[in-house]
Amino acid sequence: MKTAQAALLAIAVCFSLGAAEPASRFNDLNHRLMCTCGCAEILGECNHVGCPNSTGELDELRAGIAANQSDQQILDSFVAKYGAVVLAAPTTHGFDLVAWIAPFAVFAAAMLGTILLVRRWSIGKTVAAEADTSTMDPAERERRDQIRRETGDGGF
Amino acid sequence: MAAFGSFVLLLALALAAYNLLIGGMALRLIATGRSTAISAERLADTARRAGIAGFAAVTAAAFALIWSVFANDFSIAYIMEHSNRALPGAYKFAALWSGQEGSLLLWAWLLGTYGFVLRLTHKTDVKLYAYAGTILAAIQVFFLSILCFAAPPFALTQGAIPEDGNGLNVLLQYPEMVIHPPMLYLGYVGFSVPFCFALGALMMRYPGEKWIRVTRIWTMVTWLFLTCGIFLGMHWAYAVLGWGGYWGWDPVENASFMPWLTGTAFLHSVMMQEKKGMMKSWNVWLIFATFLLTLLGTLLTRAGLVSSVHAFAQSSIGTWFVIFMGIVLAVCIFTYILQHSHLKSEHHLESLVSRESSFLFNNLVLLTACFVILWGTLFPVLSEYVVGNKVTVGAPWYNRVAVPIGIFLVLLTGVGPLLPWRAASFKSIRRNFVLPVLVFWVAVIGCFAVGIRPWKDGEFDSGYFYALVAFSVSAAVLTAILSEFLRGAAVITKQTGRNLFAATWLLTRRNTRRYGGYIIHIGVVIVVIGLAGSAFNRNVESEMALHDKINIGPYTLESVGATQDSNPNFNSEYALLNVTSGGEPVKTLVRDGWQFHIVPLQMTPEKRFYLASGQPQTMVAIHSVPSWDLYVVYEGTNPDTNQPIIKAFLNPLVGWIWAGLVVLVFGTVVALVPSLSPATASVRVGARSVPTEPALKGGHS
Repeated sequence: MKTAQAALLAIAVCFSLGAAEPASRFNDLNHRLMCTCGCAEILGECNHVGCPNSTGELDELRAGIAANQSDQQILDSFVAKYGAVVLAAPTTHGFDLVAWIAPFAVFAAAMLGTILLVRRWSIGKTVAAEADTSTMDPAERERRDQIRRETGDGGF
Repeated sequence: MAAFGSFVLLLALALAAYNLLIGGMALRLIATGRSTAISAERLADTARRAGIAGFAAVTAAAFALIWSVFANDFSIAYIMEHSNRALPGAYKFAALWSGQEGSLLLWAWLLGTYGFVLRLTHKTDVKLYAYAGTILAAIQVFFLSILCFAAPPFALTQGAIPEDGNGLNVLLQYPEMVIHPPMLYLGYVGFSVPFCFALGALMMRYPGEKWIRVTRIWTMVTWLFLTCGIFLGMHWAYAVLGWGGYWGWDPVENASFMPWLTGTAFLHSVMMQEKKGMMKSWNVWLIFATFLLTLLGTLLTRAGLVSSVHAFAQSSIGTWFVIFMGIVLAVCIFTYILQHSHLKSEHHLESLVSRESSFLFNNLVLLTACFVILWGTLFPVLSEYVVGNKVTVGAPWYNRVAVPIGIFLVLLTGVGPLLPWRAASFKSIRRNFVLPVLVFWVAVIGCFAVGIRPWKDGEFDSGYFYALVAFSVSAAVLTAILSEFLRGAAVITKQTGRNLFAATWLLTRRNTRRYGGYIIHIGVVIVVIGLAGSAFNRNVESEMALHDKINIGPYTLESVGATQDSNPNFNSEYALLNVTSGGEPVKTLVRDGWQFHIVPLQMTPEKRFYLASGQPQTMVAIHSVPSWDLYVVYEGTNPDTNQPIIKAFLNPLVGWIWAGLVVLVFGTVVALVPSLSPATASVRVGARSVPTEPALKGGHS
């Protein structure tokens, strides 16, 4: 019990250490916006020589931060000026929400479907196996199972 | 040379068409048992020989184009657009794949090369190879038709022939660009071969699983090429594009990653078919999907369907690819419907917690990852179609959606090998998983102790959180894989008295496929550790007058000048930066001929201006050590002050990504080497004792 308490304390101490440097809103926001020159790069990472747009966009971003606008206000002003393509990721409302939900929905459905299928197979197999091995000595059954496990040729 | 090139391309098309039509007719005759004046076998052999001759014709066409590049024959429009007189020799080779027509010719030539090897080795199984060769000829007809009628590489320059060409795209003038596209294409094109075997085997209702054993080497080599191609592309993006990263989730990057994911899934699930007779339909569809995804990748690159940094490759041949993909899909569906009774599984899974189910879940996660990337790539098009509003799906979306799936996949690489076949008991789970789970939690606590926590600046940060989870899962998975090696090696040590290293080597040689696979998994984990390091990237940008300094991490960069250079291909200007750490100069190893010297590090980030194209290009300076890369970009000069602007990045663990690739390649080579033939040994086994695994496999005892 004392060991568990000590471990929990150690974890709690680790969790409570550090953090809290000043936020870098500029860096965060320029990674949530796209350069609009057609280079398809994140605004904060667009560095091609002579880009006609990125310098102006970055200046607008700095001005928005200097004017004490909230993150959402700054992003809204960019969308109003350049359209929704200026955002580096879809928003979380309207049809954009589908972009976020679909991958996880597909993953969940595929996992659930697979689990149900395997369970159905395994139930059918168990019924058949019980009929086959009901008369077998348990020690013999264990021995056969172990041989099967060990002779499996591995994953590759 | 233009006339010769065009002629041999047409000849190659005629030969491929003959291979397809006569080969198909011969196979039909063999299947129906009808007799004709010329026997079906002889017809099939003439088709095979036409395929071999077709390879010679495409080779001649590729040679003609390369010859024309080196001869500066600007009467050919492609050469005029993609080369110039001052272009170095290696990049003249690269001109072959720097544009649409050339890259399609490279595709056709590689397809011809694969077909040549396939047709030469036809005696392995004459009928199966005849089916595969005929299907391969159909694919070749498609590519050669494009080359002859839609994107001819030998089209002539309109009007007066210029003195010099436009030059190679400046982004491609980098050593890796000489090997990255061919590697990627070897991967893309190579998946045609297992596709042809799978479709052929299904068409002829091939008995047993021999076709899988036949295609295993093809699939693994192809997968290796694609893997190397993707990583070389990453390194090129890292060293040339100058934004400090290596993967931008660009649609064309995604296009190369999707067939890699399905190909990886196929390499895993195909083992279930070989060993257990399971997942037959699944495997056939996996390889169909992989082939279709290689075509989709080309379509995305060429059709301009989505915005991409690879936009230089756009053209109008997208329609050809759409039609061809439609035909391929229709043939696959039709053949499957006709023959699906041949693909009934011999066994079903017995338990949710078993080696078999781990293969299934591994496939599921790989396919989900593929779906996620496809979804992200095509969502802007879908959004525009549905609501009339085009959106961007960039790195922030992929980092939130794809990264957790990736970490789950890494977890499965550790969990799968620890599960026994058929069903796992609680006892075996406890025995195999205690150590990895313990290591996981030790790694979590260790990460916290060194400052890796799921927050940044006092707020939750998903990047930091994923890095913490990735490091901890990687530690657990490495433990699980290494314990598999140690467990087997310990048995050999006990039996033979060899030391642990020699025992591990022998263990690996006895089952190269299994342990080569584990080495590949180790490589993947090392790559993941490297990728997780990106959460801690930092950068600083500053205008630097002479003797100005900037600090980043443990390093101080001092400007000691800027200079210029020129050659017939480009002019360049670069900054000279001395690097110190803790007041002491940082030392580096430099090569001078065959000698190596340790000298103080001076970084020279460069900006080039190519004369033929008038385009600028960044050449990044990178100092790489295992813990991080110091990555310095010369961004140009401030026009007001004429001082250079320097951007420095400290990118943790990037070197691990390239090291992981080396391990991955090594593992694949090991897996390709045949296992040692088991020595024959007689083992006396007591009535109640259980034989050991090596004894049952014929190992030394």
